[in-house]
Amino acid sequence: MGIEEKIPDSIILTTLDKMVNWSHRRSMWPLGFGLACCAIEMMSTFAPHFDLARYGMEVMRPSPRQADLMIVAGRVSMKMAPVIKTLYEQMPNPKWVLAMGACASCGGVFNNYAILQGVDRIIPVDIYVPGCPPRPEQLMDGILKLYDKVDKESLKDKREDWGRRVG
Amino acid sequence: MPEQKTVTLNMGPQHPSTHGVLRVLLELDGERVVKATPVVGYLHTGIEKTMESKLYYQALVCTDRMDYLAPMSNNLGYCLAVEKLMDIEVPEKVQWARVCLAELTRIKSHLVWLGTHSIDLGAMSMLLYTFRDRESIIDVYEACGGQRMMTSYIRIGGLAHELPVDFDKKVRRVVKQVNEGLVDYENLLTNNEIFINRTRNVAVISAEDAIAWSLSGPMLRGSGVKHDLRKANPYSGYENFDFEIAYGEKGDAYDRYLLRLKEMRQSLRIISQALDGMPEGPYRARVPGVVLPPKEDVLYKMESMIFHFKIITEGFKAPVGSVYQAIESPKGELGFLITGDGSNRPRRVRVRPPSFVNLASLPRLVEGGMFSDVVCAIGSIDIVLGEVDR
Repeated sequence: MGIEEKIPDSIILTTLDKMVNWSHRRSMWPLGFGLACCAIEMMSTFAPHFDLARYGMEVMRPSPRQADLMIVAGRVSMKMAPVIKTLYEQMPNPKWVLAMGACASCGGVFNNYAILQGVDRIIPVDIYVPGCPPRPEQLMDGILKLYDKVDKESLKDKREDWGRRVG
Repeated sequence: MPEQKTVTLNMGPQHPSTHGVLRVLLELDGERVVKATPVVGYLHTGIEKTMESKLYYQALVCTDRMDYLAPMSNNLGYCLAVEKLMDIEVPEKVQWARVCLAELTRIKSHLVWLGTHSIDLGAMSMLLYTFRDRESIIDVYEACGGQRMMTSYIRIGGLAHELPVDFDKKVRRVVKQVNEGLVDYENLLTNNEIFINRTRNVAVISAEDAIAWSLSGPMLRGSGVKHDLRKANPYSGYENFDFEIAYGEKGDAYDRYLLRLKEMRQSLRIISQALDGMPEGPYRARVPGVVLPPKEDVLYKMESMIFHFKIITEGFKAPVGSVYQAIESPKGELGFLITGDGSNRPRRVRVRPPSFVNLASLPRLVEGGMFSDVVCAIGSIDIVLGEVDR
């Protein structure tokens, strides 16, 4: 029935959104930078035993210009905040941010003068992963949830506007 | 004749080989470093200030998050200092268990150092091996404290819980695995020509300079200075253990690499002794009103429950006065100066961080050397920015 029968087997019909999301999801390269304790758990996630390479994510790009996903792993101090904002702005669209751990999500135990109370005050965050520090399994769960979110995105959404809306 | 000019290069705070968020301002003349200025503070957390607003028990969790590669060493330093202030004697079993855990922590910290330092120098696969062995130590942490990294397992007056039932078995497995792992590391690096060329005669510091810059830990012993707090000023019962202190000769990065490998072997020796001779006894001192009563008493005895409730809600009042307690952490001398003012919160907690003091010698190590050796120097100091900036 329909057009599917008329075309050869080597052709797959899909929507542009699905195609683009599929490619975004299957090759999401994280920005390789760590801030504090969570960075060590992030390294554990990339190291053997947990091995994030299974999701095609083993390439940590040291340069923000080649990265898609920013994992904010650790506490963000007031001195570091402008640097993180710059790094985020240097990343090309589309880009995603994962706030790893309690400090990056909300300041954690350090409710004081030195720590930014959540990285979402300066950049938009897609996924929050709780824990102090989160276990590697938790981080992987966060990344898989982010994949689900990416799958629901559409080219009609203007992602580049997101950053401007947040103060 | 044109005027000779230098180039100023910014390295960090986001850089793969600055081990966190260190920033170094380098003045280069071609490939040579004329001047290096470390800029710290990108991870300033206000930990010392936060501890002033917490009860003595609550402040313990802040110490984990300073040197996050060796959380139990920080716990130990803080607890020993508070115990000194409060004049608490801990049971012998606690001392032995603490020594065992502190040495496991030393190995854990050195393994991360070895992996990241080798990656900086181009040996990419080392991290995979060291993190494999590190996971076995994390299993012990998890069994003890229920958390992989920030266990806060060592508490004021003892431990958080009784040692897990399979502690002995788990730790012996670590000893076996790390022993085998060390052979692998030596095969991969010790005679590796590239590694030797990158580290021999790089980042050299003489014994006089090391003392003058008040360096500690492997940075000091790498230059051949015989000083280790575990021998010089034993704490937590280190005098009961038979171990040797490793020393370097020239004080270059290669010497410090060999020294840390030797230290890991000695740590394994201490751990084995601690397991063999682990005494029986309670896991916490009995000091009513100061140290939490054991959990089994809290559930069945009314007085214990009242003490538990009061300590958790109000804490205990420390006497007026200052104490200083230093331990030999994996990075060097980690000291806590705690000033009590008669209330239930410390008036001042000052930390003497080994990484910060050692990092101050960075200009000395790299100035006059090649640009690519800066990475090697930063790695061989073994800094952790959580402790440098606090």
